[in-house]
Amino acid sequence: MEITLTHYLVLSTILFSIGLVGVMRRKNMLMLFFATEILLNSVNIGMAAISHYRGDYTGQMFAFFIIAIAASEVAVGLGLLVIWYKRTGNIDLDQMTSMRG
Amino acid sequence: MFEAIAFYLFAILTIVMFTITVMSSQALYALTSMAAGMIFISAFFFILGADFLGAIQIIVYTGAVMALYAFGMMFFDSTRTIVEKRANPALVVVLGGIAAVLVLAIVVAPIVGMTATEGAYPIDTSVGNTQAIGMVLFTKYLVPFELAAVMLLVAMVAGIVLAGKKMDTSLTLMDEDEIALMDLSSEYETQEEGH
Repeated sequence: MEITLTHYLVLSTILFSIGLVGVMRRKNMLMLFFATEILLNSVNIGMAAISHYRGDYTGQMFAFFIIAIAASEVAVGLGLLVIWYKRTGNIDLDQMTSMRG
Repeated sequence: MFEAIAFYLFAILTIVMFTITVMSSQALYALTSMAAGMIFISAFFFILGADFLGAIQIIVYTGAVMALYAFGMMFFDSTRTIVEKRANPALVVVLGGIAAVLVLAIVVAPIVGMTATEGAYPIDTSVGNTQAIGMVLFTKYLVPFELAAVMLLVAMVAGIVLAGKKMDTSLTLMDEDEIALMDLSSEYETQEEGH
């Protein structure tokens, strides 16, 4: 029972789908951030698997940079979210409609 | 054999944890199950021989990102059950279709690209994973590494400026009675906000 690259890619796809479901159904901004973290992690699994099965370090390098981007995204996003909560008292996506055309 | 057992065990655990994260209506359950899922994902990196990536996954995600989310949740009303409402089902269907096509492309792309030439930085088995990662990172990927460092610095400054209070006044240059006066006024402000 050999675990091949396809196994890892299918797992990565399943986790990515779970993250997409979360992005589409969540209206709370904090929950939306959780779903984006799941998306980034599922891609990391695929990168590491391809790196292993092709015998190449490029996939692992991309995974490192994805982790760095995720960390900075969380820092800036939570800062903006804290300000928004201080000003309006909620973090619902539906009520962030200050720009009316 | 053990690799297969470990793969299926951690795959099921990760899928269950992330499903709880996405479906739970309690923010606290979502946070804790996502932290568990991040730990389980690092197991895949260890199975795949990417030891350094697995360690970074544990340190950065469950150490830094989860702690940041936990502190962020203290600002928000996390005990309240999250209200989800569906307003536009047609949009969800269209977005779901686009997402399905994208996922199909992601899965098919490695199968099509299997005929590609050998990788640019082949895995060196004579040294450990961490040492080899360091050699590739500090030679071939030095410029992206420095750019990522600058990006993290910018994100840190942005986080401090956005979430920090009273950044325009310096506590080190003020007198003691001025600071005491400022504390009193800020307490008065919080009481006002409470009412």
